[in-house]
Amino acid sequence: MKIAVCIKQVPDTTEVRVDPETNRLIREGVPSIINPDDKSGLETALRVKDTMGAVVTAVCMGPLQAEVALREALAMGCDEAVLISGREFGGSDTYATATILAAALQQLGFDLIITGREAIDGNTAQVGPQIAERLNIPQVSYVEDIQVESEHLIVKRMFEDCYQRIKVRMPCLITALAELAQPRYMTVRGIEDAYNAEIKMLAFDDLKDDLNPDSIGLKGSPTRVIRSFTKQAKGQGKKLTGMDVDEAVASIILTLEEHNII
Amino acid sequence: MSENIFVVVEQRQGYIQKVGMELLGEAKKLAADLGQKVVAVLMGSGVEDKAFMLFHYGADQVVLVDNLMLKLYVTEPYAKALTAVIREYDPQIVLFGATSIGRDLAPRVAARIHTGLTADCTGLAIDPETKLLQMTRPAFGGNLMATIVCSEHRPQMATVRPGVMKMAAYDSSKTGEIITLDVQFAPEDMNVEILEIAQDDKKGVDISEAKVLVSGGRGVGGPEGYDPLRELAEVLGGEVASSRVGVNNGWIESNRLVGLTGKTVHPQLYIACGISGAIQHLAGMEESDFILAINRDAEAPIMDLADLGVVGDVKVLVPKLAEAIKQYKSKKLVE
Repeated sequence: MKIAVCIKQVPDTTEVRVDPETNRLIREGVPSIINPDDKSGLETALRVKDTMGAVVTAVCMGPLQAEVALREALAMGCDEAVLISGREFGGSDTYATATILAAALQQLGFDLIITGREAIDGNTAQVGPQIAERLNIPQVSYVEDIQVESEHLIVKRMFEDCYQRIKVRMPCLITALAELAQPRYMTVRGIEDAYNAEIKMLAFDDLKDDLNPDSIGLKGSPTRVIRSFTKQAKGQGKKLTGMDVDEAVASIILTLEEHNII
Repeated sequence: MSENIFVVVEQRQGYIQKVGMELLGEAKKLAADLGQKVVAVLMGSGVEDKAFMLFHYGADQVVLVDNLMLKLYVTEPYAKALTAVIREYDPQIVLFGATSIGRDLAPRVAARIHTGLTADCTGLAIDPETKLLQMTRPAFGGNLMATIVCSEHRPQMATVRPGVMKMAAYDSSKTGEIITLDVQFAPEDMNVEILEIAQDDKKGVDISEAKVLVSGGRGVGGPEGYDPLRELAEVLGGEVASSRVGVNNGWIESNRLVGLTGKTVHPQLYIACGISGAIQHLAGMEESDFILAINRDAEAPIMDLADLGVVGDVKVLVPKLAEAIKQYKSKKLVE
């Protein structure tokens, strides 16, 4: 069984701050991590490998420094790592990204593709389903549990208020929730091996038979960002400091009463 | 030529989801700017009788696809049905709720139609000059807002966060035309098998419906730290909610999460207890009518957003506040 896990290297958005002077994102010094939902997808694939045997390949599209994310995936126990990188791919929106990833996945060949539900930098949750559509295979999103039964997967698909158990035939794609599996740590041995392992590079030339240059990168992206901005903080309210508890409580009640809330 | 604004109205077990009505309200505004119509797309099995309420909430027309294959949400039959609707009527704009269903269906269909899709929008507007749909959404954990257009491809598609748009005023006199589209399905379109459907007991509450939310963060200290918050919520007739810390540590159920990866809420009163106010959290609650923040740290970001910020210990203040409000209410009742 061949499993591909698509991972994205993202800035740790809990560490990203906005410069109050320039209103720009401060990205310097912000650590890059494997997107949490994707990492849960890696763990899920590795558990399948542990229990029944599988070849697990981590696939990442991004700049050359995304190699770090792939080495971490190798150190966790992935068998192979593939980096899709090239200037032709830059500026791709979710649709163009899915087109590129689908071409690479088609070439590599898989029974099961796992993506994270969404990345913490973009939060779109679109690339997984768009890959599945490009490859013409079934998808199940928001997956919290999987079992492999010969040619099928039995997955737990989460909704806001309920869940379904769904049986789906492979090849298929699932999108993993961070809750799916708590990722394991890298082992010392794994880290050593990972730094010696080869990372397979895929550039545009390697995929050009399956990719139309007009359907990738900035010009292949139907959507375009025309403006970005930071939100304006709203006007300052009232602040109570240095009061004892009873005073503070009385003051809260008075304010809530004034605003017709209680 | 592409025209009209289509709203994919989600139904579950025959119940129209609230976000569908919110989108109809928003579509009505956009349609007025374009001089076009609002068309609701209703897919399901035995759901025709639900079409009328869509007119009451702003739809001018309803396109109905009614088929046994659509009884439960399954990606492929729904994607096939919606693709058929889009190919038949050539809409200019298609809107979806950014729910666990909308976020599964919309990208699949956008890829099939070869058009762009903007996820989780919090603002929509029509550019007065180009007439393009301007789709605004948060990115980088809410640190940045981006406005996105889809200029060359049609339809322009977006998913919209539940709880962000306002419903139009209910008008029971409004009616419209129901158009039924017959979609031909093949047995193999049902490419997955649903073995079991179960209610998630922990997921019974919808905090986005609550008028009052008492929300806890790192400062509550642990699972038992939510108990006084529950008490305060009960006194105020509200629900308890949480920031990311409480959910990640397993102190509270994940459906009570407020923020970018949880729910967007705008209750009348939001009480932030021991929540510092990471931007991801603020993105989910900043539109609340009144924000009361209780925090030890006077400099916490939540204090700048709060209408009333109280510097103090949550563990002491919250139980006292619950007690005082209880007394206040009983006194008011006597008067």
